[in-house]
Amino acid sequence: MSDPNTLSPLDLETPDKTFLDANELVINMGPQHPATHGVLRVILRLDGEKVMGLECVIGYLHRGVEKIAENRTYTMFNPYVDRMDYVAAVSNGLGYCEAVEKLLSVEAPPRAQYIRVILTELNRIASHQLWLGTHALDIGAITPLFYTFRDREEILKIFEKYCGARLTTHAFRIGGLQYEAYDGFERDVKNFVSFVKPKIDEYEELLTTNRIWLERTKGVGKISGKDCIALGVTGPVLRASGVKWDLRKAQPYANYKNFDFDIPTGEHGDTYDRYIVRMIEMRQSLRIIEQAVEGIPEGPIMAKVPKVMKPPVGEVYHSIEAPKGELGYFIVSDGSTQPYRIRVRPPSFVNLQALDVMCRGQLVADVIAVIGTLDIVLGEVDR
Amino acid sequence: MVSRFKGEYGSGIEPLSHLGQNYMVVDRSLIPEILQVLRDREQFDYCVDITAVHYPKREKQFDVIWVLYSFRHNQRIRVKTLLADGASLPSSVPLWATTNWLEREVFDMFGIKFDGHPDLKRILLPDGWKGYPLRKDYGILQQDNEWVQINLGIESGQ
Repeated sequence: MSDPNTLSPLDLETPDKTFLDANELVINMGPQHPATHGVLRVILRLDGEKVMGLECVIGYLHRGVEKIAENRTYTMFNPYVDRMDYVAAVSNGLGYCEAVEKLLSVEAPPRAQYIRVILTELNRIASHQLWLGTHALDIGAITPLFYTFRDREEILKIFEKYCGARLTTHAFRIGGLQYEAYDGFERDVKNFVSFVKPKIDEYEELLTTNRIWLERTKGVGKISGKDCIALGVTGPVLRASGVKWDLRKAQPYANYKNFDFDIPTGEHGDTYDRYIVRMIEMRQSLRIIEQAVEGIPEGPIMAKVPKVMKPPVGEVYHSIEAPKGELGYFIVSDGSTQPYRIRVRPPSFVNLQALDVMCRGQLVADVIAVIGTLDIVLGEVDR
Repeated sequence: MVSRFKGEYGSGIEPLSHLGQNYMVVDRSLIPEILQVLRDREQFDYCVDITAVHYPKREKQFDVIWVLYSFRHNQRIRVKTLLADGASLPSSVPLWATTNWLEREVFDMFGIKFDGHPDLKRILLPDGWKGYPLRKDYGILQQDNEWVQINLGIESGQ
């Protein structure tokens, strides 16, 4: 029996249930948080600083795009798609126009295809630049933001000269293009390519071997290729996990089969690999642009498309490789001037679902890094 | 592949093609088996999308569509089934993890229930919202005014 007058030795093995083991703290992040790139609310379940799990609450930007589509004609709906992924509006437009063209069984003429590819790839670079700037800013590096926004401006200038708009461009029409390339378009694009090449090296000088950057991104937010496929994650995130899959190669659309380019892949599926993959993607896009701008054929820019579009009854699913992943349009036509149903398969929405898997076991600060590296646009998540 | 399915399952499956895209209309009762076989045997390991279309005049009001892709064969296929209002479907979350949010969106927009879904609740609209906006009988200006008045403190969102 223990003597009640002597103190028992401190038991350090069993943690104190009332204080030290007060695990599981539920905290709320957002919806108004500068690092969530829009209005995203994340409910975090924490053990100290470790993330045990999280839940995304989305829908703050829901505008009912799919419902709007059912009440517009095919042509009228075209500008609406720009408002989904508003940093890559040109890609959205390409996917939509090609899907309707498929439904109508028309094809854009070669000249239009070339100009489309140039603008879409320029937009991919702009989207990646915006991603890089904001992602680095979230992690604590301010300088890249100024560099990338300065250089992205040159792309927006080309868009502005081409179609008058900088962000929500409405650059393409069903059947081809509305506008002929302006005088000096090719020169501007070539100048941009030679201008931005050393700039991408410059971004890499700032980050690729930067110790703080490495500490914050290497091994953070890991996801395996198998998990990516199960979760339907596409785009640079999938490629960084070692799956060499890009719709531009796997199921070529537009005229991508005419161009040489490589699909970069990563090994570890961490934040750093995703950064590297996107950097290489920018260079590959430049390669495509260089080839395309040399080869723009002469000819019409618009296929023969009726003024009043009434696609034959049927359904079509068409998807493209948007900067963020597979962007698909499922369109049902009932033979009238308005689509019976348009479903948009948004890459950001599906990719965001992986946030939970990628953040488990990481620190709170890494959640910010992972949201950044997923490259989501809430306009597209919520539609 | 699709013709082999036809041989195995007979009248429950109708393989079709439109504009070079393959799809099959599958009887509701065969759905769990077909999806399982497509994933395991035919290696459609990536569920691209799940969506629905509403035809209010039909007896079975809904088309539910799965868009599948196989990395191994670089092939797409769509599976379509007809569903009556109020009927439910088995959840495919055990087959493809990605369908968690996709099924929630179909539920949110059409009110189609998926049995066995781990957390079937609204995703884009607020939890207390009434009505399913992508049904054809839901007007484009229509909204849950009661919800708007209680939660936003304004007369109408319009």
